[in-house]
Amino acid sequence: MKVELVDIHKYFGPVRANDGISMTIESGTIHGLLGENGAGKSTLMKCFSGYQSPDRGVVRVDGRPVSFDSPAEAIAHGIGMLHQDPLDFPQMQILDNFLLAFEDRILPDRRKGRKVLRELGARFQFDLDPDAEVTSLTIGERQQLEILRLLALGAQVIILDEPTTGISAPQKEKLFATLHRLAEQEGRSVVFVSHKLEEVEELCHHVTVLRHGRVTGEAEMPCPVSRLVEMMFGRNLPPAERVSVQPGQTVLRLEGVTVPSYRLQVQDVNFEIRAGEVVGLAGLEGSGQRLFLRACAGLEWVSAGHIHVDGQELTGASYQRFLDAGVAYTPANRMEEGLVGALTLSEHFALVDRHGSFFLDWNGVRERALKGIAHFNIIGRPDDPAAALSGGNQQRLMLALLPSHLRLLLMEHPTRGLDVESARWIWQQLLARREDGTAILFISADLDELLERSDRIVVFCGGQMESVHACDTTVEQLGYLIAGKGQTGG
Amino acid sequence: MRKKLMGVLWGLVPILLALLFTMVVLVIVGASPLEAYRNILLGAFESPEKMADVVAACVPLILCGVGMCVTFTAGQWNVGVEGQIILGAIFATWVARNLLWPQVPVLTLMVLAGILGGALWGAVAGLLKVYGKVHEIFGGLGLNYLAQGLAIWLIFNPWKPADGATMSGTDPFPGPAWMPHFRHLRVAPLAVVLTLVAVVIAYFLLQGTRWGLELKAMGKNFRSAFTLGVPSTSRLLIAFSTCGGLAGLAGAIRCSARYGRMIPDIAGGQGYLGLLVALLAGYRPQWVPLIALFFAAVGVGSPRLELNMQLDSSLGGVLRTSVVLAVMLVNGWRMLRARQVRRAVEEAA
Repeated sequence: MKVELVDIHKYFGPVRANDGISMTIESGTIHGLLGENGAGKSTLMKCFSGYQSPDRGVVRVDGRPVSFDSPAEAIAHGIGMLHQDPLDFPQMQILDNFLLAFEDRILPDRRKGRKVLRELGARFQFDLDPDAEVTSLTIGERQQLEILRLLALGAQVIILDEPTTGISAPQKEKLFATLHRLAEQEGRSVVFVSHKLEEVEELCHHVTVLRHGRVTGEAEMPCPVSRLVEMMFGRNLPPAERVSVQPGQTVLRLEGVTVPSYRLQVQDVNFEIRAGEVVGLAGLEGSGQRLFLRACAGLEWVSAGHIHVDGQELTGASYQRFLDAGVAYTPANRMEEGLVGALTLSEHFALVDRHGSFFLDWNGVRERALKGIAHFNIIGRPDDPAAALSGGNQQRLMLALLPSHLRLLLMEHPTRGLDVESARWIWQQLLARREDGTAILFISADLDELLERSDRIVVFCGGQMESVHACDTTVEQLGYLIAGKGQTGG
Repeated sequence: MRKKLMGVLWGLVPILLALLFTMVVLVIVGASPLEAYRNILLGAFESPEKMADVVAACVPLILCGVGMCVTFTAGQWNVGVEGQIILGAIFATWVARNLLWPQVPVLTLMVLAGILGGALWGAVAGLLKVYGKVHEIFGGLGLNYLAQGLAIWLIFNPWKPADGATMSGTDPFPGPAWMPHFRHLRVAPLAVVLTLVAVVIAYFLLQGTRWGLELKAMGKNFRSAFTLGVPSTSRLLIAFSTCGGLAGLAGAIRCSARYGRMIPDIAGGQGYLGLLVALLAGYRPQWVPLIALFFAAVGVGSPRLELNMQLDSSLGGVLRTSVVLAVMLVNGWRMLRARQVRRAVEEAA
C-alpha cells in the first residue's frame, strides 16, 4: 500500500506546526521521520493517523484521497499508530486489551481472540501470556501487544512515535527485527519517528527530515550523518560576541546526585555553577535536562547525593526552602505550571510577595503591579487576568514576578515561541542579573540561543551529561552531541 | 453598570426556570401552583414563631455553606461536612456531660470543643488527601460513615441513658449546657451572632488576606500556585480544618440549642444542603446567608403543603434542588456561550 501525504498544513493559533509538508511512503519500506523537538513530527503523524484533522492538505492511499476524523477510521483504511506511551488499559488482562481490536460484536469472542493473539505472537516470537495483566509488562512488551493489536485490525501502515525511549537493548533489537520483518517479508510500510540518528541509520530505507514545520530534506539510506545533521539543525551564522562576567563563588553544587523517574534516570551527577555564570542545558526533550533542572529547585525527589546552595545543604528540602535560599524557577508551560490564568496581574504580584503582610494592601499591590508592567513592557492592565496576555507578555510577566535579588535562576525555554525582538529583550534582562551575582541555568532547544548566551553548555542524552564550552563549539558539533553521536562525526 | 445589571438579571433566570419546573410538577399532580407557593411562604413567615424557626434553620446551613466556600475556593470538594458536624456535636456533648460548671464557661467550652472536633475531622480528610493521595470526595464520604458509626456507638454504649438506649439519643444535657433561646422562640441569639461573625470573618479572610488569595490561586491552578511559591500542603490542611471547624460549630449549636442532647441524626443532612448553598453562592461567603434563608424558608414552610393541600412536603425539596440544577445549567450554558464567543473572536482576528 502506497501512502502519500500531500501539502499538510496544521496551525495552532499563530504556531505553524505543519507548514505544507508532503511525503510519500512506499509499501515494504521503513521510512524514517527525523527532526528535533517541535519540528512538527508528532503533529504530522497525528494528522496521518486520524487524531487530528489537518487544516489543509490530503492523505492519499494508493492514489485515492481519504479523510478520517478518528483513529478508528484511519485504521479502517489500514493506518495504525503506536504511541510513545502505549495506549492500553493497564488494569485489564492482555487478552481483553487485545480484544478491543474486534469491535464487530457486542460479546467478544474470547476463544477466537486468544487463538489470533497466540498465532500472531508466535509469528513474531513475542512471549505474551493472554491471561496476564498489562501492569506486569515492561514498556517494550506493551509495545509488542500494541503492534499485535494493530496487525489484527489489519494495519498496512504502522507508525511508531519514538518507540525506543525507555525500552531495553534486547527489546530494541527484537523491535527492529519485527519492523524489518513487517516491511521486507510482509510488504507493510513502517513509519519510524525519531530524533536519534543512529537508530534511523540502522533501521530505515528512506528518511524525511523536518525542521520548523517544513520538509528540509529527504534521503535514501545510507546517507552521510553530516548531511542529516545539517538538515535537522540547519546551518546558522556564527555566534554573536559575548560579554563575559568574571564568575564569583560557587552558588550551586551537586555531588553524586541521582534523580530517578519512570522512564530514565539522571545518575550520579556532579555539577557546579558559580555566581554570574550562565549554563545552558541542551538535549532532546526527555533526555534528563528537565529532571536535572527541577531537582536543582527541589521539585524532584533525589534518591542519592547532595545539593548545596551557597554552601547550605538543601538535599531533600522543600521547594519553599529553595525559594528562601534565593532560587527561582520558571517552567516552560507558562499557563499550566507557571501562571494562574484566572488570577489578575495584580493578584500575581501579591501572591509572589511571600513574606508580605497577612492582610493585603490592594492599593500597594496595584502600584507594584503597575511598576512591574511598566518596567517589563507588559501589554496588559493590573486587573486583566493572566490568561488574556499573549505568550510573549506572559513570559514578561513571569520575569516581572521574580524577586529582584536572586542567587540562582532556573529557566525552561526562556524564549520559546517569542519573536526575535522579545527574545533579545528578555536576554538583556536576564544577563543584567549576572552583574548582581545571579547564576543562570536554562534549558533550550534552540542551538543558536544556547551557543550565544551560555558560558558553558551541558548536553543531555539519555540521562547522561556532557559538558562543553560554548565559545569553541559549533552548531554542528552541538547537533551531533544532542543526537547522541559524540564529536566523532564532526 | 450595565454589566452589573445584566449579572443580576442572569441570576434571576434560573430561579424563574426552577419555579416553572415546579409549577409543571404541581400541575401534573393536580394542585394549584400559586396556592402551593402561598402555603410555603405562609408556613415560613406567618408568625414570629415561624420566622424564628427559619432563622434557627439557617444557622447550620450558613456555617456549613461558608465553610465550603473556603474549601471550594481552594478547589476542594469537601463532602465530609456531615461527619465534621457530628464530630463537633460529639466533642460538645462530652463537655456538656462531663463539666458541670456554670452556663458561661460551659457554653464557651462547648463552642470551642465543637470547633476543635470538626476541625480535627476536617484535617483528617486533608491529611488523607495530601499524604495518602485519597481523593477528598472518597475520604470525606468514608469519614462521614465513620463519624455516624462513632455517634451511634457512643449513644448506645458509654452515653446510654439509665432507662436504656434508643434512637432518640442521650439524656438531655444539664441546664447550663442549653444555649438560651430568645423568649419563647426556638432560636438562640448566641448561635445567630456566632454565625454572622463567622460569615464576616470568612469574607475578609477570602477577600482581603494573602491566605485567601493563596487558596484562590490553588483552586484555579494548583501546579502554578505551587510554582509561584504557595505552600500548598499547609494551605490545604488549613482550608479543610477551617471548614471542619465551622461545621463543628454547627454541630455544637445543633445539640446545644436545638435538641439539648446528642442524637444519632445530629447532622441531619445539613452538610449536603450546605454544599448546595455554597454552590449556589458561587463560593462567595457574602451570598451564603441569603441563599441559606431561601433554603431554610422552603424547609420550614413545606410541611404546610401536607396539612392544607394534602401534598407531600418533599415538594419543598423538589423546589430547592431544581433551583440548584437550574443555576448550574444556566451557568454552564453561559460559560459555553462565552467560550464560543471568545473562539469566534479569535478566529476572526
